[in-house]
Amino acid sequence: MGAATTTHVPTASHDTPDPNENYLTVTKGVWSWLATLDHKRIGVMYLVLVTAAFLLGGIFALLVRLELFTRGETIMGAETYNRMFTLHGVVMVFLFIIPSIPAALGNIILPIQLGAKDVAFPRLNLMSLYIYAFGACFAVYSMLTGAVDTGWTFYTPYSTTTHSAVIPMIMGAFIMGFSSILTGVNFLATVHKMRAPGLTWTRLPLFIWGLYATSIIQILATPVLAITLLLLTCERAFGIGIFDPKLGGDPVLFQHFFWFYSHPAVYIMIVPGMAVINEILSTFSHRAIYGYMFVAMSSIALAVLGFLVWGHHLFVSGMSEYAMMVFSALTFLVAIPSGVKVFSWVATLYKGSIRLASPMLYALAFIFQFTIGGLTGVFLGMLAIDVHLHDTYFVVAHFHYVMVGGTVFAFVGGLQYWWPKFTGKLYNELVAKIGFWFAFVGFNVTFGIQFVLGSRGMPRRYYDYLPQFEKFHQISTVGSWFIGTGFLIVGINLMYSLFKGKKSPRNPWNSAALEWQTPTPPPLANFTKVPVITRGPYDYHLATEAELAED
Amino acid sequence: MIHIRPDNFQLPEALSTDAARVDDLYMFVYWFSVIFTVAITGTMLYFVWRYRRRPGHTAEPVTHNTTLEVAWTVIPIFFVMALFHLGFKEYAHEALAAENSIEIGVRGQQWSWTFTYPNGKQDASEVTIPINRPVKFVISSQDVLHSFYVPGARLKKDAVPGMYSSIAFTPNTIGDMQIFCAEYCGKDHSGMLAKIHVVAEKDYEDFLKKGDRMDGEPLDAYGARLYKKNACYTCHTIDGSKGNGPTWKGMYGKPVTLQTGETITADDNYVHESILKPQAKIVQGFTNVQMPPFTLNDEQISGIIAYMKTLK
Repeated sequence: MGAATTTHVPTASHDTPDPNENYLTVTKGVWSWLATLDHKRIGVMYLVLVTAAFLLGGIFALLVRLELFTRGETIMGAETYNRMFTLHGVVMVFLFIIPSIPAALGNIILPIQLGAKDVAFPRLNLMSLYIYAFGACFAVYSMLTGAVDTGWTFYTPYSTTTHSAVIPMIMGAFIMGFSSILTGVNFLATVHKMRAPGLTWTRLPLFIWGLYATSIIQILATPVLAITLLLLTCERAFGIGIFDPKLGGDPVLFQHFFWFYSHPAVYIMIVPGMAVINEILSTFSHRAIYGYMFVAMSSIALAVLGFLVWGHHLFVSGMSEYAMMVFSALTFLVAIPSGVKVFSWVATLYKGSIRLASPMLYALAFIFQFTIGGLTGVFLGMLAIDVHLHDTYFVVAHFHYVMVGGTVFAFVGGLQYWWPKFTGKLYNELVAKIGFWFAFVGFNVTFGIQFVLGSRGMPRRYYDYLPQFEKFHQISTVGSWFIGTGFLIVGINLMYSLFKGKKSPRNPWNSAALEWQTPTPPPLANFTKVPVITRGPYDYHLATEAELAED
Repeated sequence: MIHIRPDNFQLPEALSTDAARVDDLYMFVYWFSVIFTVAITGTMLYFVWRYRRRPGHTAEPVTHNTTLEVAWTVIPIFFVMALFHLGFKEYAHEALAAENSIEIGVRGQQWSWTFTYPNGKQDASEVTIPINRPVKFVISSQDVLHSFYVPGARLKKDAVPGMYSSIAFTPNTIGDMQIFCAEYCGKDHSGMLAKIHVVAEKDYEDFLKKGDRMDGEPLDAYGARLYKKNACYTCHTIDGSKGNGPTWKGMYGKPVTLQTGETITADDNYVHESILKPQAKIVQGFTNVQMPPFTLNDEQISGIIAYMKTLK
């Protein structure tokens, strides 16, 4: 590694630099994990926590769907139901999806893809993890003391007047925000300062470009959420009138503040997913991502445009017609970089050599589902149509197509793609594919039918519904059982591989990317010697046979 | 604009003059999306099959083609701007209420809708309007956010406390239109429904003149209907079970203890006062919930009292 970069890596953490030991075996004991400064171990601990959050949020989702299986009370009352859908949203957004790809997969893979020993600030990295865990404790405390029934959006004045445990939950989201900001800062510094010799900006893996764009959003948008949540707490706890008209406030102001963060946050959630898809597509097509620079810049474009469209969440809130016109037009511009990505991904397959391994199935499903998620966004961007569809199941289906069909599929695909890298184990490919097909079919049944439910007029966040909606709800609920089964199979398959899985070769997917050119699992310092980069990560025509070989 | 009739699978019945145009727009974007999705997915699947990894087949390095990339960046801009224009044009058309429209006030409160006609008459959970006349609903809220959603007119607008908003449309079909609350507002959000009755012009005029008691309707049956219509049931049960407010079963004529410790009899005057000024005398144990005042006329209150008498 160049002299400029080595000075940034504290060597104190890497106390036993034995090149034969990998990062999992180099030190032992619980404390060696809890106090580690190694980005891979921190990433693995993030992974454990976000997966636990995903499981919890998933159980809430299944309970919500089960309650909606029949009209009236099926398994719970209205007040419990309102808590369930709120907790599903809060847990999935703040505890799972925001940290999922950047903090878990990103932490493990980003420094290796840069040819670096670690992130720029390893101690800050560990601190981010603990801040996240601390914030999560507040969320759990809220759940145990009455939970919240406001929806994950915390709209005022309901959130300042309801009798549920709003403040602990808000504090949890507030604290976890700092974890997100610090991870963003860390990644930006790492990308700028820790790249291996020869790793120019045009040779950066697109996963890095995606996380780079995400980090910018995390740093710029999250403070706004923090301020908003603090103001909400001031109103609720001390009666300071900011949002409640009874106290002289403005409830629509809260919506502007909230979505000024939460719309960019949509890109905190989806851009890393897109980033993962690039890596998978390239590896399993043995081709460079088509139009590399356009794809890289489209991530940056999404990060920028993401800040300018928050108003489309307020199209029926009584905002001025002129503001609506501007927000609607800007919203349509988001389609451009999204389209560039989709076109480039499809073109990447052209003249490739395509292997349909399980991560590739997730990537292809991502393209299909993200296309639907994106195009249904066109309906919602059109003012006259949005006025009908706003706050209906159409919107629920739309964002689940992006967040689940997009990000969650990318997360699971990426997890399986890099699983051999950081565990050193191979999972059963057939079982992985069975899990995929359950999740894929289940997902499209569950949320596909919700588009129809919504366009026919079914409002969201409804405990009970009119008879004409019942059969649609039942189809959706049956679909949810397939999703649950699919991801359960995936989870069991991965867990089983830890104990009984075959040892992974260095490069099980015959990839040309840098992270597969170092031993699997990697040594503590990621590389046995500093890599010198002479080609891009996707240049299969320049990669040697030895590099593409499994061992 | 291409006119493709909706097949009624995706959309509810169109019951206003503008709804059909929104439907045309919807179906246009729908087919646009279907074609696009099929093209993308079809090309993807074709490539996956055509370039599948097999002996003797290797990938060819194709990196980019600037002309193609600029094309697929620039051309869609024209498409989406055209879509934006169509959506905005239709919205602007809907947003302008006709000058001779009937103005009806809509007040949202947890968890019911109250309507006020131009002559001051009020109605809860149902509203009657004439066919083929533009109607403007002026929407406000008593407590938290609600959203006044009329799928049959493809319109909704939030009811925001401290502010007035509105929607306007012209109903073109005699019959009922469903109203939902579309902005989450707490426990009985999903029960915050109402109906619009679209009637002939003459029936509307007659309706405005008379009270809402049906000819020959017994007073207690009238009261039972008002109990449902005003959504009293969201807080007051009639079977003795616990609710947000005191149950009506066995309440009338019996002594009740107030929060002040005083004991009074739940007689006609007490019921009368509690409907018009709910905060005047609160029964012990029910101080958490703020019942909103209901502006019922004397005949309606007599109906409620007659109904309460039957709940022994």
